[in-house]
Amino acid sequence: MGERNASGRVRRAVLWSGGICVLVLLLSPLAGASRLDLAKVLAGEAPDRDILLYLRLPRTLLAMLAGGCLCLAGSLFQALLRDALATPYTLGISSGAALGAVAAICFGWRQAGPLPAVWLAAIAGAAVVLWLVLLISSEGHRLSSFTLLLTGVTINSICLALILFLHSFAGFAQSFAISRWLMGGVDSIDYASLAMLAAVVTPPAALILFRSREWNLLAMGEEWATARGLSTDQLMRMGYVAASIVIGAVTALTGPIGFVGLIVPHVLRSRLGSDHRILMPCSILLGAAFLAVCDTIARTLLAPVDVPVGVVTALFGGPFFIWLLRSKRRSLWL
Amino acid sequence: MSALYQLRGVGMRYEGREVLRNISLEFGASQLVGIVGPNGAGKSTLLGIMANLRRRYLGECRLQGVELRSWQRKGFARMVSFVPQSLRVDFPFTVEEVVLMGRTPYGNGMFESAEDWKAVERAMELTGVTAFRHRDVRTLSGGERQSVVLASALAQTPHVLLLDEPATFLDLNHQVSLYRLLRKLCDEGLLVITVSHDMNLTAAFCHRVIMLRAGEMVADAPPAEALCAERIAAVFGVPAEVHRTRAGRHWIVYG
Repeated sequence: MGERNASGRVRRAVLWSGGICVLVLLLSPLAGASRLDLAKVLAGEAPDRDILLYLRLPRTLLAMLAGGCLCLAGSLFQALLRDALATPYTLGISSGAALGAVAAICFGWRQAGPLPAVWLAAIAGAAVVLWLVLLISSEGHRLSSFTLLLTGVTINSICLALILFLHSFAGFAQSFAISRWLMGGVDSIDYASLAMLAAVVTPPAALILFRSREWNLLAMGEEWATARGLSTDQLMRMGYVAASIVIGAVTALTGPIGFVGLIVPHVLRSRLGSDHRILMPCSILLGAAFLAVCDTIARTLLAPVDVPVGVVTALFGGPFFIWLLRSKRRSLWL
Repeated sequence: MSALYQLRGVGMRYEGREVLRNISLEFGASQLVGIVGPNGAGKSTLLGIMANLRRRYLGECRLQGVELRSWQRKGFARMVSFVPQSLRVDFPFTVEEVVLMGRTPYGNGMFESAEDWKAVERAMELTGVTAFRHRDVRTLSGGERQSVVLASALAQTPHVLLLDEPATFLDLNHQVSLYRLLRKLCDEGLLVITVSHDMNLTAAFCHRVIMLRAGEMVADAPPAEALCAERIAAVFGVPAEVHRTRAGRHWIVYG
């Protein structure tokens, strides 16, 4: 007799991943270029306390927020497109967001209503690219992994070309900001921006999470979901819009960070199965922990040189992606 | 016999081509109906229309007097379930998880109720998948997988069960036990409609046979009458003989 109660399994898995997440949150800020003395931090002495509180902690929090969001978006795309290789990065959506953000930096757009213009431009860029990719790669009602990835690659290089084009017009300061930002990294930011990011991504992320039972059915196919009473078109539209907002906002602050949304959901799926009620919350929590650990490695490995975390995830993730592609091709011929 | 389904002049156009034309039919509860016909005759299209998956049909198609387009998806899924011809599964779902998905039209929250589990247990029992309920569906044989899909459809506790070539991937033993199960479900009051290529299974188990050719209905009768040698020869273009077995069963030899 197996586990009867799905909610019990979810609770246990979430507790475990939450525990790991908290552990990383506590340990990661302690590592870095300069050594922190815990006694001094607790006593509130000047450099150590400030380094922890205003540099390391916000940086860890940003990494966690970004990691959680990217992994949630990754697992959602994988379900909606029924493709384990689909992520914001491989589909070119991150580049779309990057293009939007670079345009905003170049043209000196600063504020648009309550949000920085860079954020809105990134969200818009993500949404436009997502729409384009879906438009181009859908043949009838079926998306093939092959065309999807090719479309992603193509859109990626078009976006990159446009970014370089804009870059060549940029002034010196802007140019440095752009190239550093494009590497994909989490820098120490102020708590106000952090809070704003959390406020922007929480509603769409919650919306995605609360629909996780429905994503199970869509992962089996649109017809399968429709025959079981779901309004699939509406659900998919909602999922894509929510994911664009999440990715756009995160990318605006961190630049494009690749492969996180591929690795974490894939490993979790092979361990915990595909029930999105377990997969999605655990993807958020462990994705957060994973990116924070990657960033810790990035800033300690060659200290005092601070390698952008996007470089580390790409070095891990690239080979992983290739391995996945090969194993997937094999299974297609079974 | 109160009619569950009423079709009047149902048709379907695909890029200007008429794939289904002027189908008028009525179906009541407790029937096992077989739809037969050559490839491209419109069998699956007809089933897809009745499953409310193709909403751009012509004519009228009503369930319990209500046009299919006007049904709420959720309410419809509690009445009618559909078993597709094949299913590609890309992710590691367990058998139990796939069957549980059949309870979606009854759920309001994120999790299943005790009643949902009862329906799931019964569906797994009926289809004989309980023994491998925790296995990854992708590791199952074609026949086992078909049983799981059927279990998921039965977990919907429908009044109508529509199956698109359910016996395609099954060996003889599983084919016969599938049709026995369908017959049993009929006796419990379900309307069961299958699209099939197998004349003999259809003849042996169905109450009623509907034959299509090039989008038009050419027969709607009990199997002995619908599946006569002349009609099979005319519709499929292959010579056929109909024999009676010692047990009195209709047996068709073709080719």
